[in-house]
Amino acid sequence: MGITLEGATGTWEYVIGLEVHAQIISNSKLFSGASTEFGSEPNSQVSPVDAGMPGMLPVINLACIEQAVKTGLAINGEINLTSVFDRKNYFYPDLPQGYQISQFKQPVVTGGHIDIELEDGTQKRIGVERLHVEQDAGKSLHDQDPNASYVDLNRSGVGLMEIVSDPDMRSPEEAAAYVRKLRTIVRYAETCDGNMQEGSMRVDANVSVRKAGEEFGTRCEIKNLNSVRYMQRAIEFEAMRQIDVLEAGGKIDQQTRLFDVAKNETRSMRSKEEAHDYRYFPDPDLLPLRFEQAWVDEIAAGMPELPDAKMARFMKEFGLSAYDADVLVAEQENAHFYEHVAEGRDKKLAANWVISELFGQLNKAGKTVEDSPVSAEALGELIDLITDDTISGRIAKDVFADMFESGKAAGVIVEEKGLKQVTDTGAIEAVIDEVMAREPEKLAEYRGGKDKLFGFFIGQVMKASGGKANPKAVNELLKTKLQG
Amino acid sequence: MTDLTDLSIAQARDLLAKGDLSSKELTQAQVTSMEGKRELNAFITETPDKALEMAEASDTRRAKGETGKLEGIPVAIKDLFCTKDVLTTAGSHILDGFRPFYESSVTTNMFREGAVMLGKTNLDEFAMGSGNLTSYYGGAINPWRAKGDNRNLVPGGSSGGSASAVAGRMALGATGTDTGGSIRQPAAFTGIVGLKPTYGRCSRWGIVAFASSLDQAGPMTRSVRDSAIMLGAMAGHDPKDSTSADIAVPDFEEGLNGGVKGLTIGIPKEYRVDGMPEEIETLWQQGIKWLEEQGARTVEISLPHTKYALPAYYIVAPAEASSNLARYDGVKFGLRVESDDLTEMYEKTRAEGFGAEVKRRVLIGTYVLSAGYYDAYYLQAQKVRTRIADDFKQAWQQVDAILTPATPSAAFSADDPPSDPLAMYLNDVFTVPVNLAGLPGISVPAGLTGDGLPMGLQVIGKAFDEATVLRIGQSLEDAAGFDARPEGY
Amino acid sequence: MSLDKATVARISRLARIATTEEEQERLAGELGGILAWVEQLGEVDTDGVEPMTSVVEMLLKSREDVVSDGGIADDVVRNAPKSAHGFFVVPKVVE
Ligand SMILES: [Mg+2]
Ligand SMILES: [Zn+2]
Repeated sequence: MGITLEGATGTWEYVIGLEVHAQIISNSKLFSGASTEFGSEPNSQVSPVDAGMPGMLPVINLACIEQAVKTGLAINGEINLTSVFDRKNYFYPDLPQGYQISQFKQPVVTGGHIDIELEDGTQKRIGVERLHVEQDAGKSLHDQDPNASYVDLNRSGVGLMEIVSDPDMRSPEEAAAYVRKLRTIVRYAETCDGNMQEGSMRVDANVSVRKAGEEFGTRCEIKNLNSVRYMQRAIEFEAMRQIDVLEAGGKIDQQTRLFDVAKNETRSMRSKEEAHDYRYFPDPDLLPLRFEQAWVDEIAAGMPELPDAKMARFMKEFGLSAYDADVLVAEQENAHFYEHVAEGRDKKLAANWVISELFGQLNKAGKTVEDSPVSAEALGELIDLITDDTISGRIAKDVFADMFESGKAAGVIVEEKGLKQVTDTGAIEAVIDEVMAREPEKLAEYRGGKDKLFGFFIGQVMKASGGKANPKAVNELLKTKLQG
Repeated sequence: MTDLTDLSIAQARDLLAKGDLSSKELTQAQVTSMEGKRELNAFITETPDKALEMAEASDTRRAKGETGKLEGIPVAIKDLFCTKDVLTTAGSHILDGFRPFYESSVTTNMFREGAVMLGKTNLDEFAMGSGNLTSYYGGAINPWRAKGDNRNLVPGGSSGGSASAVAGRMALGATGTDTGGSIRQPAAFTGIVGLKPTYGRCSRWGIVAFASSLDQAGPMTRSVRDSAIMLGAMAGHDPKDSTSADIAVPDFEEGLNGGVKGLTIGIPKEYRVDGMPEEIETLWQQGIKWLEEQGARTVEISLPHTKYALPAYYIVAPAEASSNLARYDGVKFGLRVESDDLTEMYEKTRAEGFGAEVKRRVLIGTYVLSAGYYDAYYLQAQKVRTRIADDFKQAWQQVDAILTPATPSAAFSADDPPSDPLAMYLNDVFTVPVNLAGLPGISVPAGLTGDGLPMGLQVIGKAFDEATVLRIGQSLEDAAGFDARPEGY
Repeated sequence: MSLDKATVARISRLARIATTEEEQERLAGELGGILAWVEQLGEVDTDGVEPMTSVVEMLLKSREDVVSDGGIADDVVRNAPKSAHGFFVVPKVVE
């Protein structure tokens, strides 16, 4: 469901397409043997190939291509058995060869789609135009010296997947859902760690606006957005800017723009405007990349279960709601944790505990399941105590809070605090007798036909038992006793 | 003993093996010659200390019974090969002071086989030229002079310094690189043998790139046998070069004397170009006769797209060069002309660092790749290239090798070379098709012009069939009995 | 094909080679001449002809995904006209 924008001249609609650069998980770079590790001494992870030294030649790291194929399969793309590496020529200090090796006319993956979950619970399919493999550039630091920029080539040559969507998104929220879903997918496929802070995923947003039903307008590309939140803000700002221009009778120039987070505005990137003519041509240092369908089939066979499939399974086999299933699969670790808890137990009960109790506490504590103080085994044990009537669900919440705090096992806490549920009918009858003796007036009213007071007696009995009385037993015994 | 600078590699190898000669003596003789002939400007960098050190190390290895294919043989290295810690210039101002921290694969192979490096030879800037006239370090001079004429002649290009060093008896052999004729044309101009191997035979790793899909390293020597020996030491599959062929390197010397009996040699009718001197035509006919006399059959063949080879080359090579030379930007190595503005720094550095011919080609290459022109120029040229390669494939149905002149003329004056770039480009008319098709080709000295200048014949072979090319080259060498030597110096 | 000065100026900008007006004038003639000459390629019938991608018929080589290079920061910057603290140094880039 798209969001519309009210302008002075009518209602406008967002048109958004995204290009996501996802860093491939690999040990060494796309065309050299230097390490891809993040954050090291400047230029320490650089081979002469990555530094564009004279006479140096690229040799492809096939593991990177395997990752691209995996990702292509994960986004339902078509894997091209022949693809070609091209040179994209432009000058920039962090581009030591004077060109980036990329794929232009024949990418390794064409087509595909990603289904996103919208807030109203419906799904929307976003088309993917292509996925191609290319080299990352180095990094320029501008704040070390007032008159100079410093260049570190450690990132130079690291393998990237550029995933280009169709212009199918109609709101910043849809764009955000797309990026999050893509991130989930690549993390499941283990082809990119999706770490936006470290720049493992960067987004270029192509934004235009149009009046509903009209042709697409001229778009602007906002470069290098490295958080979903900033991306949303940038898109919003850019759309408003375009509407202002258009409504004032102006026209949009196709431009590359930059989002200034501090000023919350986009502005034109001068350097990119000049370098428009990239003079792509097939890299003569590399032959066309060809592989067999059998290799693709082998990769497909080894694919892990992906989020969509997992979600469908959770709904169909476990009977979970779409909402719960979606929450659980968003992070593979979460889904994994849940499945561990749910194994051999009531699936819905497990889902409730994981989502409302565990995630709730983790959120508050700013933790993830990976550093959760309550392990899947420990949570499972707690759920078992509920299921076998050792404790009530209400008591269990207190026990869980204690577990989260102390790291102790549920059984230990129940034992220590004497929280075991009372199921002994004699003991419960004694409590009921005590309550009935204490409340003769209420008893008379009840017996006089005021049925509603049943709840009052339940509450009193539970309270008197310190919450430990088995609610089912209380219910049954109370009914007969009150009757007299 | 004969003059040590006159020895062929094969002769030196035998003397070294017998213990009649040490590499140190042999190397010292070349060093003396090199230092005595500086007016030929064959070397950009002389490395006599390194040479003598390497020679000594070789003699030590030999004493221990360890000998490689080029054990103890002093050679010169075209200054397009990156040599560890030794200034590497590509003949360009823009690589000022560049000392690589790595060694090219070809020189690594040669050094592993015992070769001794005398120095880095002069060349056209970034290997772009046919006369050695575009070097930032001034052109190398051809040791040959025309009869009764004192003018300096060009040694050809781009491997002109290597040609001059080998013809001028300063090195027993030298490496060259050949993108459109840069080994074969200077070899023909200086009366030596030059072999461009099949594309992919020698690794390109560590050789400053001119046009990646065309560049190929090869030997320049004073005999066909020496080229066979040297190629054996240079060649080999290199996992660092994606276009290096994973094909066994045969013993090229073996079968060198097998003769041409039973071979069918193609004579392409399109290689008779307008304005070609009578002497070249006569030499070609002579070559045909020599091969026939030795039992080969010659047939006229057609390579119909030959005339399009040069124009296709002058799109493909500059296009690739425009991109390959983008890394010379004043940031990582070489020359920088300072400016506060980055773009201005780039523009000034490259304006000052590149010479006129390099600029011309970079600009042409930039133009033909730019938006709107790619299909009409680059794509069309690559299609024509397919046609040219197909012409050769067609020919191989019928013939084992092809015989042509190496160049359309003998060496020209260094003082008044053709001023029109197009006229200069015509020098490579017979050599360029071979590069476009990736085939092996050899230039063998076969005769003298009336002015007493050497002329060469070219043998073109099937891909990776350098053995046949060398065998035919040997037959031509035997028949020609070319023993003239430069009198100029 | 003749080239005008503006085109020469544009491509020299793209190629990051400073050219003076006089040079542009001269280059317009030279480059125009070369382009006019190469345009004879248009005569060749290339319908259905694949552009050359590689003169040798072989499969693309690949490498193993192992770290085998790097750790040579000093070498990497040792030829640089300007470097500091292990970085290459360039005129300030303003964006
Ligand atoms: Mg992009
Ligand atoms: Zn990209």
